[in-house]
Amino acid sequence: MEVKELKEKVKQVLQKYQLDESVLVDILHDIQAECGYLPKEVLEETSRGLGVPLSRIYSVATFFKAFSLEPRGRHLIHVCTGTACHVRGTVKVLEKMEQALGIKTGETTSDLKFTLETVNCVGACALGPMVIIGENYHGEMTPETVGPVLENYN
Amino acid sequence: MTEVKSNNGNKQRTIYICQGTGCVSGKAFEITEALKKAVAEQGLQGVNTDFTGCHGFCEQGPVAIVEPEGIFYACVTVADVPEIVDSHLRDGKPVERLFYKDPVSGEAIPHHKDIKFYNMQQRIILRNCGRLNPERIEDYMATGGYESLKKCLKEMTPEQVIEEVKRSGLRGRGGAGFPTGMKWEFLRNAVGEPKYMICNADEGDPGAFMDRSTMEGDPHTVLEGMIIAAYATGSSEGYIYIRAEYPLAVKRVRLAIQQSEEKGFLGDNIMDSDFSFQLHVKEGAGAFVCGEETALMASIEGKRGMPRSRPPFPATSGLWGKPSNINNVKSLATVPVIIARGADWYSSIGTEKSKGTCVFALTGKIANSGLIEVPMGIPLREIIYEIGGGIPGNKNFKAVQTGGPSGGCLPESYLDQSVDYESLAAAGSMMGSGGMVVLDEETCMIDIARYFLSFTQAESCGKCVPCRVGTKQMLDILERICRGEGRHEDIDLLQELGKQITAGSLCQLGQTAPNPVLTTLRYFRDEYEAHINENRCPALFCANLISFYILPDKCQGCGICLRNCPTEAIVGDKRMVHVINQEKCVKCGTCLEVCPERFSAVVKVSAEEVDVPSEPIPVTAEKPQTST
Repeated sequence: MEVKELKEKVKQVLQKYQLDESVLVDILHDIQAECGYLPKEVLEETSRGLGVPLSRIYSVATFFKAFSLEPRGRHLIHVCTGTACHVRGTVKVLEKMEQALGIKTGETTSDLKFTLETVNCVGACALGPMVIIGENYHGEMTPETVGPVLENYN
Repeated sequence: MTEVKSNNGNKQRTIYICQGTGCVSGKAFEITEALKKAVAEQGLQGVNTDFTGCHGFCEQGPVAIVEPEGIFYACVTVADVPEIVDSHLRDGKPVERLFYKDPVSGEAIPHHKDIKFYNMQQRIILRNCGRLNPERIEDYMATGGYESLKKCLKEMTPEQVIEEVKRSGLRGRGGAGFPTGMKWEFLRNAVGEPKYMICNADEGDPGAFMDRSTMEGDPHTVLEGMIIAAYATGSSEGYIYIRAEYPLAVKRVRLAIQQSEEKGFLGDNIMDSDFSFQLHVKEGAGAFVCGEETALMASIEGKRGMPRSRPPFPATSGLWGKPSNINNVKSLATVPVIIARGADWYSSIGTEKSKGTCVFALTGKIANSGLIEVPMGIPLREIIYEIGGGIPGNKNFKAVQTGGPSGGCLPESYLDQSVDYESLAAAGSMMGSGGMVVLDEETCMIDIARYFLSFTQAESCGKCVPCRVGTKQMLDILERICRGEGRHEDIDLLQELGKQITAGSLCQLGQTAPNPVLTTLRYFRDEYEAHINENRCPALFCANLISFYILPDKCQGCGICLRNCPTEAIVGDKRMVHVINQEKCVKCGTCLEVCPERFSAVVKVSAEEVDVPSEPIPVTAEKPQTST
């Protein structure tokens, strides 16, 4: 996305929230949904638009796990590492996932196809180990089902 | 065989599909669509297809219930739809093969009310979950919804409402168990305007999903409880703070707020009274510490979600420095029932000090995973063996973990313990918000302690030293023990660190972080000692302490393990006994999983030598009789 385009998106989001700095978390959620991540230019533009120091925007953007300052892949993979999934073997699923994608947790494949992250619990504990790709929930995962599941995503 | 009267066209029949997050991950949306289509194609009169929120029985999902007869279908797939429609909805013959099977007796149970998982529960908070369409306010109103609010506004003063809640004995269901009525009174008496009412729906405990299911399954009860709380406390504005990881709950609560506003239960001059209340949804952004009330408020204010010291308590100086009150989802969901049925009725349930019911997310190594609501004071054994159906796969019970990362692990000797705030705290665990994870003999207790500590360590906001540095030190020690590099002084050191972190941390996250370690040390000290002194993991879990061997008297040289080994650590040939190169082995256990059951040639041991050849040798074992 062009810098100009990014700035335009930020402007729209800020207007939607009437430049209210108290909803910074919501603003960053919306901007990330538009841009896929929070590039430097976007944080700077948010700072300018709201009249809030960049350091404060940065402090919020880096505190919460949901925000990313790096580009992320088209498909966001969340491997649930909640307790129920843990005791049902999520560690092996995560290892297999890292192996299959050739990246470590928190990284993005070089073709920007997948980003691999963990999530603490999605509350679907009965179906663990749970893997969420985009908006799709894949339950009862095993190292053997990692490959076939990934094949569904282009 | 269950016969149901054939559909004569006059009788209304509704099939409800569960659309909670669990069942949705099992394609509940697709099943609903397929049912609608099939019912329309058949032109069935008087048959409705509808959906509900979470039934709680996630293990059997996706689930469907056909009313009025109350037939319960488990593990439904899209492929089952034609049979359900043709056989049951058209011809009145329920589909037996989709009935729930009792895990102990194997008996097929057609009716929802006869399933032990349900009939041993007492549902107050979850009373409507799975019974109505959460996206229609009319369904909630048909069950007497918003009548309690009406009663409060028309017949009771705010002080009377507070008095009723105090008398009921309701205590905060977020974990700490502070009396809800007292909290409301503090806010009522606080000086300053405006006052804020906040619902804490930042359910961050791993392995807990009670709040999610309540919001997805019956959002209006949470709203009604919150509006009543606002009336009682004199709050004019409120927030529901929901985890961003719960998109479906966010969607349904937003919709419920909109419907409630349209009906005049929210907004200005509610039900023509002079009471006004505005309610907003705030989404979290993935920080566990935001479940702590002062951190939650900082996050609502658009800041880093870091806790601050108390006092001042939120009732004096909360959101934006104004008087505020924070209640958990389940506490608020209980309020409308208390108002409707009275404090005396509510306080008759439970124990002397812990009144009412509690909701648990029962997960881990348990046959019936799901959401349960039971009266306070029920023994753990009843929850695990009667409602939960025991441990699957003929494994032995080892421990039950309650209270999430802040709680502890209780051993078998505590199974007859009553479940209430006081008993669990006395045993070194806690009620917490309601996660209950069952662990079996294959679970290593050091690994579980390490798991929880790695969680709290990662979620520590970093503000205070005992939590930030202390949990890191404890985690390093636990990781060392799991690697087989434990030192003799580690047990004492862990205990000492645990005490310091509990005493010195700013908020509950740090204060309770050592609990999983301290309780496992208390009840499973022998496992720590085995790791440290003997390099042995009794649960055969810790990779550095276990080895896999192929038994020469059982191996048939089939080569399945060799082909599946990810690190090419297995050597062998046709009709040759295979051998694992221990240097190359990464202890993934694949060979054990793939070795055909009739051979069972692979064994897993810890701190044990097994006599095996160093090179492949010809197979001498006789072929098992039961070949396939």
